[in-house]
Amino acid sequence: MNSNLNTIRDLADREYKWGFVTDIEEERVPKGLNEETIRLISAKKKEPEFMLQWRLKAYHHWASLEKAEAEPKWANIKYGPINYQEITYYSAPKRKPSLQNLEELDPEILRTYEKLGIPLEEQKLFAGVAVDAVFDSVSVATTFKDKLAELGVVFCSFSEAVQKHPELVQKYLGSVVPYTDNFFASLNAAVFTDGSFVYVPKGVRCPLELSTYFRINAAETGQFERTLIVADEGSYVSYLEGCTAPIRDQNQLHAAVVELVALDNAQIKYSTVQNWYPGDKEGKGGIYNFVTKRGKCLGVNSKISWTQVETGSAITWKYPSCILQGDNSVGEFYSVALTNNYQQADTGTKMIHIGKNTRSTVVSKGLSAGHGQNTYRGLVKILKGATGARNYTQCDSLLIGDRCGAHTFPYIEVRNSTARMEHEASTSKIGEDQLFYLRQRGLKPEDAVSMIVNGFCKRVFRELPMEFAVEAQKLLSVSLEGSVG
Amino acid sequence: MSLLEIKNLYVEVDNHEILKGIDLRVNAGEMHSIMGPNGSGKSTLAQVLARRESYNVTRGEVSYDGKDLLAMKPEEAACEGIFMAFQYPVEIPGISNAYFLRSALNAIRRHRGLDEVDAMDFLPMFREKLKLLDMDEKLMNRSVNEDFSGGEKKRNEILQMAVLEPKLAILDETDSGLDIDALRIVAKGVNSMRSPERAIVVVTHYQRLLNYIVPDFVHVLVNGRIVRSGGPELALELEEKGYGSMEAGARQPAPA
Repeated sequence: MNSNLNTIRDLADREYKWGFVTDIEEERVPKGLNEETIRLISAKKKEPEFMLQWRLKAYHHWASLEKAEAEPKWANIKYGPINYQEITYYSAPKRKPSLQNLEELDPEILRTYEKLGIPLEEQKLFAGVAVDAVFDSVSVATTFKDKLAELGVVFCSFSEAVQKHPELVQKYLGSVVPYTDNFFASLNAAVFTDGSFVYVPKGVRCPLELSTYFRINAAETGQFERTLIVADEGSYVSYLEGCTAPIRDQNQLHAAVVELVALDNAQIKYSTVQNWYPGDKEGKGGIYNFVTKRGKCLGVNSKISWTQVETGSAITWKYPSCILQGDNSVGEFYSVALTNNYQQADTGTKMIHIGKNTRSTVVSKGLSAGHGQNTYRGLVKILKGATGARNYTQCDSLLIGDRCGAHTFPYIEVRNSTARMEHEASTSKIGEDQLFYLRQRGLKPEDAVSMIVNGFCKRVFRELPMEFAVEAQKLLSVSLEGSVG
Repeated sequence: MSLLEIKNLYVEVDNHEILKGIDLRVNAGEMHSIMGPNGSGKSTLAQVLARRESYNVTRGEVSYDGKDLLAMKPEEAACEGIFMAFQYPVEIPGISNAYFLRSALNAIRRHRGLDEVDAMDFLPMFREKLKLLDMDEKLMNRSVNEDFSGGEKKRNEILQMAVLEPKLAILDETDSGLDIDALRIVAKGVNSMRSPERAIVVVTHYQRLLNYIVPDFVHVLVNGRIVRSGGPELALELEEKGYGSMEAGARQPAPA
């Protein structure tokens, strides 16, 4: 036990050998979690009373779960115990550039950036290199924010939203993922330090993908982040999270929460590319990504669409879901999850049909290479009142090599006899025949694999915004390097 | 110098000896047909020439265009101008036929130090070849071989050959599973590829393809050895007498 704890501690505490996070000036609260920590976090952030009370309730709920050893163990993933008292829950980052120029960066990472075609200025940003004034986020963000403000769109950090729009935060915070939802969601509710907030007013079609700004700030995202997006009646917003550049972080445990609310006739499109540090080739290190993402189609004819490309993290535990409450509402989930080396992913979705004529589509593409273990876990639930509900699920797994694994756990619960359910599943392997065919036409083995994989994922890539889709394709190729041959 | 020269080739697959001393010379401009009963080693020979790595060459040499073919990887052989039309073409879901073929063409062009062909330049050329093979333009955007009929898959192989313009084309039982109309179209495609710079080796079980594609030489492969070689009339003799007569001959040294 002790040595296990030490290992975890080492992992949690260790700094990246590339020196990413050295020389950071920060303001920390002491390690460990108790009521005082929560009060301190809330005070540091100058939060209104309702926030403190909500955090405290979440903390007490989480503490009772912890005591009852109720950390979820049902997922098809393996990891050692996490010591929650060894984590520092608040550190306001005042990052100073840790490197003076890109030449100081590990050449391996530089090579990856180049392959992914990340613009030079952004490379510097991700790597923690001093950024040129031209690219300074202030200038980009200001034009961006002005444009949004004209339309009344609120797009800011969660902390700012708590100060400036407390009524919206109070109304919707926890309305989709309550603090009692699950172990990691409770922890997040108690200690989250920041995240993003979006409010799109009635009838506004957000003209920009909420991405550029976020992407610039992606390098600063915290260990426990929280996102809340509210689309008011008849509005539309597309939100991009993450980026293809490999993001390094000194925190091993990540427990984020994302809540989406779509009112009558509103649409939210949420796209994610996740490429957190996956650990080394032997499976050491890497981020534990325990995320709760859920959208509520509260209004009639509303629509929430999740698209995710998950290639990073040592462990991914994540089920972006839709609660289809409004009549005629639509939920979608498109996913590519890749596990290579010793990565583990247990991911999928829940589609909860409550309203009449609600529809959902689930397309999941799991890729396993190396010793990777990839699990699809999905629930489609049709409640009694959901007359005329429909679901289509397609769940495909592709194996590369013979040491990896693909698993699927589809759950279907139907309580209304008018429901129409379709489920298709397949498991295939990149075989010698396929590879030989492509090589006989002149393609190198790695290009052949990349072509087969991109074909396999096409249905999902189609859902991504154009620019993101191109990046995602490159990302898959880079992530699969060395998996054949 | 012959384009292809095989000397005393022995090949094992899963520890079974399939080819037992093949000798064959193919010059540019020639068309050869390799015929033989099931299990005689015809397809093994084709796969070895295309450099399938699971086939184990235990003895012998193969030189191609003056180079050691057996030292090449499949993609190297392809880039050097060897093309095999597969007996069982493979499906690649989600990748369009046009994109796949342009990628292959560009891989080969890069190898030869030529500029890559972009989509705009590729399309007219692709259309022209489609016409030659009487193939629907819709095939350009359909995934490679996915939901193709047996005949469409075989025609697609010939289409690829027409686009990639190899120096040595090996057709592995391209005629199997084709109806008479498709057979004619495929033969037309193959005949249009005949040129003084190119050699074509047609591996087939039946004589009927040779009614449309007339080879310069016919070789009969039985039990891992070439037991007879001759002109196109040999195919007709086979049709009449069957492989049985040749198998009897196989026990004695092949006539010089």
